[in-house]
Amino acid sequence: MITIEDLTVSFGAVQALRNVSMIAETGKITAVLGANGAGKTTLLRAISGLKEPKRGTIRMGERNLVHRRTEDIARLGIGHVPEGRGVIGEFTVEENLRLGAMMAKVNLQKGLEEQYEQFPVLGERRKQHAAKLSGGERQMLAMARALIAKPSVLLLDEPSLGLAPLVTAQLMHTIHSLCESSDLTVILVEQNASSALRIAHHAVVLHVGRVVANDDASVVAADENLRQYYLGLVE
Amino acid sequence: MDPFLTSRIVTDILGGLTNGVSFGMVALSLVLIWRSTGVLNFAQGAMPMFATYVGFALLSYHFGYWACVVACIIAGLLIGGLTERLLVRGLYGKPEINPIVVMVGFLIVLEAVAAAIWSSTPRSIPSPFSSIHWQLAGKPFALSPFTVYEIASALLVMAAVAALFRFTKLGLQLRASALAPEVSRLLGVRVGRLLTLGWMLSTVVGVITTILVASNFFTGLTPQVMDGIFAYGFIAAAIGGLESPVGAIIAGVVLGVVNQFVTDYVNQNAVIIIALAILIVSLMIRPSGVFTKSTQRRV
Ligand SMILES: Nc1ncnc2c1ncn2[C@@H]1O[C@H](COP(=O)(O)OP(=O)(O)O)[C@@H](O)[C@H]1O
Ligand SMILES: [Mg+2]
Repeated sequence: MITIEDLTVSFGAVQALRNVSMIAETGKITAVLGANGAGKTTLLRAISGLKEPKRGTIRMGERNLVHRRTEDIARLGIGHVPEGRGVIGEFTVEENLRLGAMMAKVNLQKGLEEQYEQFPVLGERRKQHAAKLSGGERQMLAMARALIAKPSVLLLDEPSLGLAPLVTAQLMHTIHSLCESSDLTVILVEQNASSALRIAHHAVVLHVGRVVANDDASVVAADENLRQYYLGLVE
Repeated sequence: MDPFLTSRIVTDILGGLTNGVSFGMVALSLVLIWRSTGVLNFAQGAMPMFATYVGFALLSYHFGYWACVVACIIAGLLIGGLTERLLVRGLYGKPEINPIVVMVGFLIVLEAVAAAIWSSTPRSIPSPFSSIHWQLAGKPFALSPFTVYEIASALLVMAAVAALFRFTKLGLQLRASALAPEVSRLLGVRVGRLLTLGWMLSTVVGVITTILVASNFFTGLTPQVMDGIFAYGFIAAAIGGLESPVGAIIAGVVLGVVNQFVTDYVNQNAVIIIALAILIVSLMIRPSGVFTKSTQRRV
């Protein structure tokens, strides 16, 4: 479980997050929605220690994550698939996965097999450079690279960006089944609110750095005001 | 015996190779640091020079050659690591303090301090290998036991570095930290430590080069011993492409051979002009270096 209380993050005079409080429950998908510039990426970067908050706490279970190094936070079991996916194009698919498995105590061969089973296309292309993959395949690689370390929390920053609707639907399905089959806690950042709300249990809506809604995904999805003003979902 | 082996051409090629592997090693050590930290290390000759003085100071306590070599390598690891931690770490991502200026300053300080402590008079470092050239049918052959030692050590170091990057977990993490530091940290890679390690490694490559150069009976160890070799290594790294370790080595070796032919057939003073001409022409043809694959950098 990730508990965020009163989190404020600023870039100079710009407050990217203001007094944000939210909970991402164990084994559930929490969607973080909002327009471009709402502060979604900043929230994930603060959790991973890439951006130092000005105020507030971020806890995983009982542990405070604030002021810890990014690499130590990763080693506590937080997988972060960054905006733009962060796949290393000069590395082969398998080298990317080996890098992901580096800090884990899992058997590398077994870990690779599991990921190739989950994402067969990666197995077929294991020797290819990641730069040669399509957008959807890169997203799968980025997720597999995070999952191979067996994280307990997975942070996904706009995984659907640039993907065709059908590929997005498959991806959401994969995220959903990952969560079902384990105790993985997922924080799913999306601008694409409708696909995220379809699989999320809980939803937080950000608007210029503030939380404007924090409720069950079904409640958020049914709220006409939110749909119209903050999520861009006009019927 | 075949007179071909003692011909002028073979002599020039082998002599050039002997110099070229030193250029290639310096180029390699520059590329290691450039790739992992984006710093062009102008003290890449001076740091190993200093470590070599420190290690061979043990000679006066009656330690043998190989014990001194080990001491040099340890000194190199320390100097490389401390330089990164204390001098360079504050410079990353700060274009306003130019790392080139800082490293040139460091080069000057190191050479001055070395001259103050150990004087500028060449010190001879007695290597266990003879520098007397072999004879073939009464004619001098281009190689001596010492030059074979020089070339073999250089090849060994290059192969070890290549194997490290290609086949080990550590190599994978070093490459990842250089290509995508933030992503690497998100995957739990301790990038900060790896940068220090990169500086340590490249300084050791430099130390071995310096030992080989200074153990040559005709050179000896001086505070400026690496200046000329650094210049050629730098040109080789630029020709080979700063991104490409293999390119840097090949460019160094080729430059060594060309250098030898120009010295022999034209004259010594033409060498640097020809080297710069090669650099300019190759940069005009391939601005990112002759051996750099023009692949996309990050995705
Ligand atoms: N590195 C940065 N420097 C300055 N301002 C930033 C930086 N990163 C984000 N911001 C600002 O913080 C706000 C939130 O950005 P971001 O978290 O990227 O939003 P989102 O991911 O929801 O699109 C924006 O106003 C953005 O301009
Ligand atoms: Mg974003």
